[in-house]
Amino acid sequence: MNSQYEDAFSQDHIGVKILGYVLLFLMFFSFLLIAWYAPVERTMGLVQKIFYYHVPSAWVAFLAFGVVFVCSILYLTSKDKKWDIYAASSVEIGVVFALIVLITGPIWARPVWGVWWTWEPRLTTTLILFLIYVAYLLLRYFGGQNDRTAKFSAVLGIIGFIDVPLVYLSINWWSAEAQVHPQRIGMGPEMKAAFFVSLFTFTLLYIYLLIKRVRATHAALAVDELREQRDE
Amino acid sequence: MKQIITILWKDLLVELKSKESLLSMFTFGLLILVLFNFAFEPTPALKRAITPGLLWVTFLFSGVLGLNRSFAVEKENMAIQGMLLAPVDRGLIYFGKFGANLIILLVAEFLTLPFFLLFLNMPLFEHFWWITGIILLGTIGFVAVGTLFSAMATNVKMSEVMLPLLLFPVSTPILLAAVACIRNIIAGEPFSTYQNWFSLLVGFDLIFVVVSSLVFEYVVEE
Repeated sequence: MNSQYEDAFSQDHIGVKILGYVLLFLMFFSFLLIAWYAPVERTMGLVQKIFYYHVPSAWVAFLAFGVVFVCSILYLTSKDKKWDIYAASSVEIGVVFALIVLITGPIWARPVWGVWWTWEPRLTTTLILFLIYVAYLLLRYFGGQNDRTAKFSAVLGIIGFIDVPLVYLSINWWSAEAQVHPQRIGMGPEMKAAFFVSLFTFTLLYIYLLIKRVRATHAALAVDELREQRDE
Repeated sequence: MKQIITILWKDLLVELKSKESLLSMFTFGLLILVLFNFAFEPTPALKRAITPGLLWVTFLFSGVLGLNRSFAVEKENMAIQGMLLAPVDRGLIYFGKFGANLIILLVAEFLTLPFFLLFLNMPLFEHFWWITGIILLGTIGFVAVGTLFSAMATNVKMSEVMLPLLLFPVSTPILLAAVACIRNIIAGEPFSTYQNWFSLLVGFDLIFVVVSSLVFEYVVEE
């Protein structure tokens, strides 16, 4: 069996295994911190706790789309399929986390602002980003598995990310009076600790998911290869 | 430069002979205008409020019709293969297609424009040159990305749906900036009130004309 995706058939790398167990512990630990260690916020009350998931999710989404941008450039310049797989995997994770942001946001907004949604810069920018990368996934789906689709998605991965600052700037001016989203939150030391542990955990989770997703793609490609070998 | 003109002229000639894109864009634009009028039954105050947005929504929607055709016609009879075999830099092919799309779209827009005056009773012609400038800038940005995405969308399934799905989210800044400029112009505001929007429009155009022409070669290469 000669496959370039042999890793798909072997055991997880020891480092990945360790990362998985560390994550398991960290997620449990950060939940404890959020639930009991961090104090209840004075004005917003218990609902503010969603912040510890909302903000790290937003960070992961932007990180994921940034990785897509870099991998897309690397793919176009090197034509190495590896980068395409990384970009596509990262988009999937980014879209999931952007969705988490878009779901946790309204849950938080309803009791605090009195409305589920407002056309405010950060919300709107996240929504537009979400739509751009959903289009990316559709493009891959409708394009089918081939090099052309890989090139198209790389182009979209670049254009989409360059567009981010322009989208943010324009929406910021457009709804300047709707500026209700907190720009930064005053945090006590306990809150800060809980927040940064959560941020760290989410970042590790992103890396873990990316590794796993890439491996799943490798497995799918390896199966395709085997099928071709059988048919020959 | 000569190559760009050749491709541009070829596209315009095809369009002049068939008038397919222009007619469909113009009729579609008119239809949107009529539908909006029924949907909102606008009072004079409401007309004033919705005109800038309606103008651009009409342009973007009918623009997608024209852009969809841009590379679809190249695919028929494998014309694109012939063009790619020619010893021409791919970036120049992009500029040729971009120029042709831009001109066709602008013509369609200026055919639709008088009907905004007629149906919505808007003082669009009092500030004609300013409005022309904004329409030009907005359309450049839209067509810059649109030409690139059109070349991509034609090669995937559901291409007619794929193009707006790709194009509309990315062109949000153009829509917002162009609408804001037109609104301020109609209200008779001085340039300084919408200067930042104007710069955003110019910035978008510059960035995406350059980036699109650079990545275009990856989209068309086999």
